[in-house]
Amino acid sequence: MIKIENLCRDWNEFQIDHVNLDIKTGEYFVILGPSGSGKTLLLELIAGIWQVDSGDIYMDGENVTWTPLEKRGVGFVYQNYMLFPHKTVFENIAFGLNMRKVDKKEVKERVDNMMKLLSIDHLAHRLPRTLSGGEQQRTALARALIINPRVLLMDEPLSALDRKTRDGLTHEMKELHQKFNITMIHVTHNFDEALSLADRIAIMKEGKISQVGDTTEIFRHPKDKFVADFVGVENIIKGVASKYREKLTVIDTENISIYTTEQIVGPVHVTVRPEDIILSNKKVETSARNVFEGKITEISDNGAIIKLTIDVGEPIIVFLTRQSFIDMELNIGSHVWTYFKATAVHAF
Amino acid sequence: MRKLDYTTIFFILMGSFLFFFVLIPIVNLIVSANPEVLLSNLQDQEVVSALFLSIYCALAATIIALLCGVPLAYLLARDDFWGKGFVESVIDVPLVIPHTVTGIILLLVFNPGGIFGAPLSHIGLTFNDAIPGIIVAMLFASSPFVVNSSREGFESVDPRMEKVARTLGSGSLKTFFIITLPLALRNVVVGSIMCWARAISEFGAIVILAYYPTTAPILIYRRFVDFGLTESIPVAVLLISVCLILFLIVRLLISGWKTYDKD
Repeated sequence: MIKIENLCRDWNEFQIDHVNLDIKTGEYFVILGPSGSGKTLLLELIAGIWQVDSGDIYMDGENVTWTPLEKRGVGFVYQNYMLFPHKTVFENIAFGLNMRKVDKKEVKERVDNMMKLLSIDHLAHRLPRTLSGGEQQRTALARALIINPRVLLMDEPLSALDRKTRDGLTHEMKELHQKFNITMIHVTHNFDEALSLADRIAIMKEGKISQVGDTTEIFRHPKDKFVADFVGVENIIKGVASKYREKLTVIDTENISIYTTEQIVGPVHVTVRPEDIILSNKKVETSARNVFEGKITEISDNGAIIKLTIDVGEPIIVFLTRQSFIDMELNIGSHVWTYFKATAVHAF
Repeated sequence: MRKLDYTTIFFILMGSFLFFFVLIPIVNLIVSANPEVLLSNLQDQEVVSALFLSIYCALAATIIALLCGVPLAYLLARDDFWGKGFVESVIDVPLVIPHTVTGIILLLVFNPGGIFGAPLSHIGLTFNDAIPGIIVAMLFASSPFVVNSSREGFESVDPRMEKVARTLGSGSLKTFFIITLPLALRNVVVGSIMCWARAISEFGAIVILAYYPTTAPILIYRRFVDFGLTESIPVAVLLISVCLILFLIVRLLISGWKTYDKD
C-alpha cells in the first residue's frame, strides 16, 4: 500500500501542491493529466528522485519520505526508457541484481526467465540502440520488474511507441500486472490508455489532484469541467467483446449489444461520439448496424446545441441543433430511435 | 560537379588563407630538418632528457587535472548553485591571460615565502627551478581543457539515466563510476590528451617559475638564443612531432570512438 499525505514541493516555476493519494496493494493506478500538470514530477517525488518540501510518503506502512532512492525499492520506467546504452539487454536487466550482489548463477537464471516472459530472450546480447521502441520498452520493464519492486512507477511508458506496438504492449502490461501481482502507478495524458489499464484513475491538474475514482466514476461523473473537458468523451459504456463474424465484433453490455468493426475480444470500454449518432422519431431503414429504441431522460440546453440523454438500456448522449430539436418536438419521456454505424464505435 | 555559388567560393578563398597560414610553416619546419641531424639530436642526452621531462611533467599535471577537474566538471554539469558563473569564469581565466603572467602569479604564491610555497617547503617541496614548479605551471595553464571537455561529456548523459540506476539499487558514487563516467569517457579522454599536449607545449609560465631543469620548449629557446636558428630546428621538430602524435590520437578518438547512441 502506498499512502501519500499532503505532499508539497516547490520548484519556483512549478509546484506540487498538497497531493494526497491512497494506492492499494496490487492496484493498477493511473495518474491522468495534460502535459505540464506535474504528473512526472509527482512520480519522481514518489520514487525519491526529488526530495519533498513537506508531506509524507508511506510504502507498506513504512515512512520512506527520507529514504534515499536506491533503498526505496521502487521500479521506474521512463518514457524514453533510459536503458544503459553501453550495456547489452542482458546486462541492463541484470543491473539491479548485480547491485544486490546476487550470485552470478542466480542472476543468469532470473534474467533468462524474465527475458522469456517478455519475449526478448533472443535480444540478450544486443545493445539498446539496435532495438525497436517496443523492444526497448520491454527491456526497461524487465529491468525494473526483476528487482521485485514494491511499486512499479511508469512515466508515459507507451507514448513513444507507434499505435500498433502500443496496443500490443497495453495488453501485455495488463497481463504483467496480474502475473506479478504488483502495485503499478502509470502516468499518462492518454485516456484510452488510462481506461484500458486502470483500476483507478487520479486526474491531475496544475500540480493538484482534482479527482480520484474508478474509470466509470471519472468518465461518467467528472467532478468539474476540467475533468469533463479533459477526458472529453460523452458516451462510454463497459462491456465484453466477442467476434461476431468476419470484420465485425459484438459488445455485450448486459443490456444491449453494440457492434463495432474494430477487432477486439474480452472486457472493453466502448465510446461513441454524440455527433455520430442519428436520432429519429420513428424507425427508418438505414445501413447503420446499431439501432436502439429509447426514452429521453434528460434535456440540457447549451445554446445552439441541445444535449439529450436517451435511455436505450444504457444511457446514450446525443447532440441536436436547436432547429432540429424544435422540429422534432421532443420532450422528456419521448420515444426515439438512435442509429450509429459500426465504424463509429471505438472499443478499447 | 555541383556548381558553387559565389559566396561559397569567396568563403573558401578567405578560409584557405588561414588554413595554409598554419599548415605551411609546420610542414616547412619538418621538411627543413636534416634527418641525420635529427638522429644525432635523438642521441643527445640533453635533448632526450628535456623531451622526457616535458612529457613526464605534463603527464603528472594531467593526472592532477583529472583527479580534481573531473569532479568539478560533474558538479558544473549537474548542479545549479550560487556563484556557478563565477566558478566557470575562474576555471577559464588561464586560457585568456598571458602565460608569462601565469608564471609571475605562480612565482608569487609558490616561492619559498609565498602562501602556498611556505607551508609546502616544510614538507620538502620546492617549486623554484624544480620539477614541482614545472608541474604547477603546466597544471595552471592546461587544466581548463580537462574541465571543459569533461563537463560537455557529463552534460550529454541524461541525468534520468542515473536516477534509474539508483532506483535499481546503485548508490550515487557507484552510479557515477559505472554509468556516467563510462558514457562520458570519450570527452574526458579527449580533454586529458588536449591538456597533456598543451602542458608539453607550455613555455611562458615555466620560463619564469622553473627555468631549470630544462624542459623541451626551454631547450629550444636556449639553443635559439645561444646558437641560432639551425641549432634549434631539430629539437623543435622532435617536440612538434610528439605534440602532433598526441593530437592525431585525439582526432582518431573523436572520429572512431564507439558512441552508443548513434550507429
